[in-house]
Amino acid sequence: MSKQVEALDMQEVLAKVNPVLEKHGYDDGMLVGILQDVQAQFNYLPREALIAVAQRLGIALSRVFSVATFFKAFSLTPRGRHQLQVCMGTACHVRGAARILEKFETQIGIKAGQTSEDMKYTLETVGCVGACALGPLVVLDNEFEGHLTVDKIEPILERLD
Amino acid sequence: MITVNINGKDYSAEKDETVLAVAKRNFIYIPTFCHNEAVADYGSCRICMVEIWTKKGKNKLVTACLFPVEDGLKVETNNERVLFIRKNIAELLLAKCPASAEVAEIAAQLGVYETKYRIEKDGNKCILCALCTRVCDEVVGRKAISLVNRGINREVAIPFYDNAAACIACGSCVYICPTNAITMTDKDGIRTITMPNCEMKFALRKCNSCGREWIPEKQVKYFLSSAPGLTIEEFDLCQSCRK
Ligand code: SF4
Repeated sequence: MSKQVEALDMQEVLAKVNPVLEKHGYDDGMLVGILQDVQAQFNYLPREALIAVAQRLGIALSRVFSVATFFKAFSLTPRGRHQLQVCMGTACHVRGAARILEKFETQIGIKAGQTSEDMKYTLETVGCVGACALGPLVVLDNEFEGHLTVDKIEPILERLD
Repeated sequence: MITVNINGKDYSAEKDETVLAVAKRNFIYIPTFCHNEAVADYGSCRICMVEIWTKKGKNKLVTACLFPVEDGLKVETNNERVLFIRKNIAELLLAKCPASAEVAEIAAQLGVYETKYRIEKDGNKCILCALCTRVCDEVVGRKAISLVNRGINREVAIPFYDNAAACIACGSCVYICPTNAITMTDKDGIRTITMPNCEMKFALRKCNSCGREWIPEKQVKYFLSSAPGLTIEEFDLCQSCRK
């Protein structure tokens, strides 16, 4: 939790959280699915949204926080408009994934795991994504960009708005 | 009634009792960290490993605190295989909790004084047994704390590391902690409860007679709201002055 995030308006939060809870029938056994949908609404899991989920489901906030911090797919800090996940699996690794990652880091000016100041990019590393034939690769907003070379990275970033 | 054989001697037991319960009743020592009668067993520390043989011929290592006895079960709590695995667990715990005197003590009982594993975090005392979160949930009923994050970053914390809203400052988590990883001090009218990566502070209420700060204001509020018959006057005097 590095970045200070401004508090959100609870009414606005509830407007987004309530339909999600409705959809899951207020079933706390669906907590992971609920948090996934809430994250899809905000692009991350705001503190106020987690508090709202706990209150509306009638479960402990400590449980919601425990689940929200357990899965890597959840983020408690705002994420950039574009998600970049550099594959660090074995096949990509031997084809120079480390150099690819380094180029992304220096090009954007952030480290893996961080989000750029302008909220444009979030850069992460992942284990094998199962597309080894394409390696080295980056998953860019859920699309594979394969056969990367260091030269291809700038054009890829420039293409994004 | 069923019969269980532990270390070569027969003992009678109830069905579904755990191996640990039968052993304890008969003064057979099995080391534990995460076991406490106040809460349901959990099996996280693994130091209570024993070897069992069932009537049907199954042989394996199990945690004594979770394994239910059955008729004709044979248990060994201290043989070579058990001690080998227990020593290894002690080494793992030493690497996890280099600062815990309690871990060092049980390790020393096993003849383990150093660890071949990498020390995870200097100064750490928490073995992640979750006794604190379990007592807060099962006994206190507040669910104020939980284990958060995963892997090597797992630790006990209040939500967001700063939200103590559900905590009533009772100190149960402090008393139950087997390794003193959670501490509590009452000083200058403030109770401070310190967890590995977060801290909670609560104002204390003074006794009208002796002036001792004896109970957190928040706990008084909680009692008043949960027991309708209570009045605030009942908290004017501390336990000693009330007699
Ligand atoms: S002091 Fe707070 S966190 Fe600890 S057991 Fe009591 S209510 Fe739970």
